[in-house]
Amino acid sequence: MSLLEAKDITKKFGGLAAVSNLSFTVNKGEILGIIGPNGSGKTTVFNCISRFFPLTAGELYFKDKRIDQLPAHKICELGIGRTFQVVKPLRRMSVEENVMAGAFLRTSSMARARQKAGEIIEFCSLDKYRHREAKSLPIPLRKRLEIARALATEPELLLLDETCAGLNPKESEAAIELIQKIRDAGMTIIIVEHIMKVMMGISDRILAINFGKMIAFGNPQEVSNHPEVVKAYLGDAYA
Amino acid sequence: MKNVNLLLKLLLLVIVVILPLVIKAPYQLHIIILIFIWAIIGTSWNLLGGYAGQVSFGHAAFFGVGAYAAGLLQFHLGISPWWGMLLGPIAAVVVSLPIGVIAFRLRGPYFALAMLALGEIFRLLFINLPFTNGAKGILIMPAITTKMFYYYVGLAALLLTVGVTYYIIHSKIGYYLVSIREDQDAATSLGIPTTLYKNYALLPSAFFTGLAGALYMNYVAFIDPNIVFNLTNVSVMVIMVVMLGGVATTWGPTVGAAIYIVLGEVFRTTLGSANVLVFGVLVCLIILFLPNGIVGEIDMLRGVLARKKEGAAGGVKV
Ligand SMILES: Nc1ncnc2c1ncn2[C@@H]1O[C@H](COP(=O)(O)OP(=O)(O)OP(=O)(O)O)[C@@H](O)[C@H]1O
Ligand SMILES: [Mg+2]
Repeated sequence: MSLLEAKDITKKFGGLAAVSNLSFTVNKGEILGIIGPNGSGKTTVFNCISRFFPLTAGELYFKDKRIDQLPAHKICELGIGRTFQVVKPLRRMSVEENVMAGAFLRTSSMARARQKAGEIIEFCSLDKYRHREAKSLPIPLRKRLEIARALATEPELLLLDETCAGLNPKESEAAIELIQKIRDAGMTIIIVEHIMKVMMGISDRILAINFGKMIAFGNPQEVSNHPEVVKAYLGDAYA
Repeated sequence: MKNVNLLLKLLLLVIVVILPLVIKAPYQLHIIILIFIWAIIGTSWNLLGGYAGQVSFGHAAFFGVGAYAAGLLQFHLGISPWWGMLLGPIAAVVVSLPIGVIAFRLRGPYFALAMLALGEIFRLLFINLPFTNGAKGILIMPAITTKMFYYYVGLAALLLTVGVTYYIIHSKIGYYLVSIREDQDAATSLGIPTTLYKNYALLPSAFFTGLAGALYMNYVAFIDPNIVFNLTNVSVMVIMVVMLGGVATTWGPTVGAAIYIVLGEVFRTTLGSANVLVFGVLVCLIILFLPNGIVGEIDMLRGVLARKKEGAAGGVKV
């Protein structure tokens, strides 16, 4: 069964179609990778799903329920969590408080929220920084906090936007390990990353876009050999 | 450590409760009652502006509406202005509702501007409306004149305001409000209905500011639109009071109110009309050198000390 379905979604900024007529499905339990050059519309797809932007046209279904008319906070309540490419920590709150803010979506009890935040902080290997103010964390930890906070809302579908950007190889590896752990816990994930190797390794299927349009969609092998993808990434000479 | 803290707090409470039995001088009690009233306004403003990050430049609207609710009851109907302690806060909430519903939907400075306008609109309305007695204001003959009575009413109102605010802040709502202040997009992504929660801060803030207004009417017994709806002396002053004491701290507004009232008295008697200027300069200095306010800086210092003590163990606490 598909968990999420996008039908001909289009998002225009003035004259610019950042996403145009894009259709895809996300299956329960899979990791779907979205690739595309800079400015191709990956983040805009996330912003459309999470309803940070209203769609210009098209429809979105989550568990067969139409969601593109709902307000952004409802999307999260339904079970779609997200991170931001440009991280948005709750700066003057501690790591624990950041995660608790997420946990309060499913409980009103202080003790319960704190306990759950503790579990998630451990799951994300942030225990050492539990009482640190978010603004004092370096980028790799902020990215991790971003994930922890989203996890606390108990999403069924998690949208991860460039978790590995700005990380060194060792930190990236740790981040990927975490993403795999999240998948093993039963979550469905849509992931955007720039490093091809990462995407090939981790994704079950890949959606390749350019100028907001789909250029290939399928398993990693198919997509990476697709002439349009090679062209978009390496230029015409290689196609 | 926790027990010592609790004991100190209890001791302080006992002192505050028996204080008027010791100090009987009306002037000193008068000063403390004014501090209570300003502490209530400051604490209310802080809930909305300090914790939720929704800065209001028009809290005089709520203060004035609360005061007039009490005054007009007496003026027109001969009903005891003490009923205003109930009606005033409710009237302030009613006034705040449309602002919250409309201005919180928009991002940016709309709320601050809407509040600024609201305060001024009410001032002009109450000068010109037929039933408010215009710029002449409202004078009542208070049934009770002992300062001690107002002291305890003021103290009870302040404790209620601080108590309710504390409870809100240390609950889910408080976490949501601070999240909204820190990053509205992040808050939305965590499923927080931001408009609704901003209203959860606005309504109690208006309520208790209205309560302070009603108390002011009862105590001072004279109001006019230029006093209670005053932009500089109420709306802007409350922001200075909170900044002085400590934004987003439990007792900051109370400390700020105490300093403001006491210094105001000292300056007024020694400096004459230059007192406003000197107070303004003082606030500037505080903002420059103690950007977290007095209570805020103390908290900070405590955090640093706690960290030093724990340093060896590697635990970091804020
Ligand atoms: N809020 C906005 N207003 C106007 N234009 C926008 C907005 N957000 C994105 N765009 C434009 O839409 C296009 C797609 O941007 P988007 O951020 O989705 O790309 P991306 O694939 O995530 O790129 P990157 O790899 O650099 O993160 C770009 O041309 C961008 O300038
Ligand atoms: Mg992007």
